[in-house]
Amino acid sequence: MSVLAVRNLTKRFGSLVAVRDISLTVEAGELRAVIGPNGAGKTTFFNLVSGFLASSTGSILFEGRDISRIPAHQRVGLGMARTFQITEIFPELTVFENIRIVTEVAAGYRLRPWLNRAEAADIRRRIDETLALAALSDKADRLVGELAHGDQRATEIMMALALKPRLLLLDEPTAGMGDQETYEISQIIRRLHKDNKLTIVLIEHDMRVVFHLADRITVLDQGGFLAEGTPREIAANEAVQTAYLGQAA
Amino acid sequence: MTAAQGKHLAILAAIWAALIFAPYWMPLFGGYTALGSRVLVLGLGAMSVNFLLGFTGVLSFGHAAWFGLGAYACGLALKFVAPSTPLGLVAGTLVGGIAGAILGALLVRRRGIYFAMVTIAFGQVFYYIAFQWSSLTGGDDGLRGFARQPLDFKLFQIDLLHNDVYFYYFVLVCFAAVVAIMAFILRSPFGRTMIAIRENERRARFLGIPIELHIWIAFTLSCFFMGFAGALYALINNFADPRMLHYTLSGDFVIMAVMGGMRTFWGPLLGAVIFVVLQDYISSVTVNWMSFIGILIVLIVLFFPRGVLGLLRQRRAA
Repeated sequence: MSVLAVRNLTKRFGSLVAVRDISLTVEAGELRAVIGPNGAGKTTFFNLVSGFLASSTGSILFEGRDISRIPAHQRVGLGMARTFQITEIFPELTVFENIRIVTEVAAGYRLRPWLNRAEAADIRRRIDETLALAALSDKADRLVGELAHGDQRATEIMMALALKPRLLLLDEPTAGMGDQETYEISQIIRRLHKDNKLTIVLIEHDMRVVFHLADRITVLDQGGFLAEGTPREIAANEAVQTAYLGQAA
Repeated sequence: MTAAQGKHLAILAAIWAALIFAPYWMPLFGGYTALGSRVLVLGLGAMSVNFLLGFTGVLSFGHAAWFGLGAYACGLALKFVAPSTPLGLVAGTLVGGIAGAILGALLVRRRGIYFAMVTIAFGQVFYYIAFQWSSLTGGDDGLRGFARQPLDFKLFQIDLLHNDVYFYYFVLVCFAAVVAIMAFILRSPFGRTMIAIRENERRARFLGIPIELHIWIAFTLSCFFMGFAGALYALINNFADPRMLHYTLSGDFVIMAVMGGMRTFWGPLLGAVIFVVLQDYISSVTVNWMSFIGILIVLIVLFFPRGVLGLLRQRRAA
């Protein structure tokens, strides 16, 4: 069974059709990149899948279950986590505190007035594991707002990961980064995909990252579906080239 | 124990020592014990407002409603049900909290200025009810005819009515209990979700936190605290009047929290000290005491936007 199956998804804002009749299927363990020129509807598409926006028509199936009408926080509870194009973190808290909040929520403790000793120790262990995964352990006591952009991004990805999702949605994970930071973030994503067998859908503008990481690529253009295939197929696709060059011309 | 923890404990010890010995040192500075009780109760109200404002990031401009409801419920319980101080406190807490829980459910989808406006509107509804329903509330004259009762421990009694010092310690014990509950909640996993919502609501939502539910719980808790503070306030004066429900008092609580420092736990208490003491001293000189408070609040917001305690904390960190 596919992890994510989107059927004829459409989103209208008044007369503007931001996403038009898009269907795609992502299999377990796959890393899918969604690309397209500016205004192609990529982020709107993400917002529909994650529940930030309600779709106009169409359905979204997560592990076979229709989630298109349930609220965002419940989709997270079902095993779907996302990051945002502009980093969304808790800037005035430390890295440790950022990760602790997620870890406690993921463990189902969000309404608890206290934790017993065993639960607290378990949370502590899971936080340390998460920090180690992105080499953030030595920055645990720093305020996230003071960290470099790349480390903030890494923190955000780790927060999404601490939810133990079965589907991770990354909205332009390397946006606004230098070469070194881009490389480091792609290595983290690659490890999550190869070692942890995580199913990932990402939106990305940096084509080196896309062609380096993706198993399959979906191309959107002006809100509609343009093409889908392996990186090799997409690179050779004339319609895709026209969409990108046409915009540049 | 680290140096920071040591410092934290020293500050806590200093705060509690100042509060415990207040009846002895305040007269040296021209204060009197009843003023201390008022500072504690209004400080508790400001801390309850700040429980929501400073730690959940939700601004209620109508919290006097739950304070006033607590005061009226306490007075009415003492007057009509049974002459018992604990009963008055329980009645005030429950009425303030339950009314807050019910109206809070209608509020939680609003945000920012809209939330603040609706809270003012609800608060004013209670104000006019208290104002108009003279037969029960005494209307504009306020509710009279009740008094705090001695605490009866069977073996001995504590006279709260005629001994200001005893009453101050009674208020201090009540204050300590509620403040301990607040601190405990803020250090819990639930308390951390409140802070997550304050820091970044969108992120919190996409971590799987049902924002509306958590804001409602935080709001309701703060209304219970507020009802309790209002009941204590009724006991201070043996009196409740419609102004305890009015939005100007809500504004006073917000001013106390902002002056003291709304990102700090103790800031609102410090704000209440400044507010109440200034009011007490300046109002004996001029009726326009509010303009001095106004100037002070403008200066603080312009130059120390994190409040007095926030400023002290920054200095220490630098």
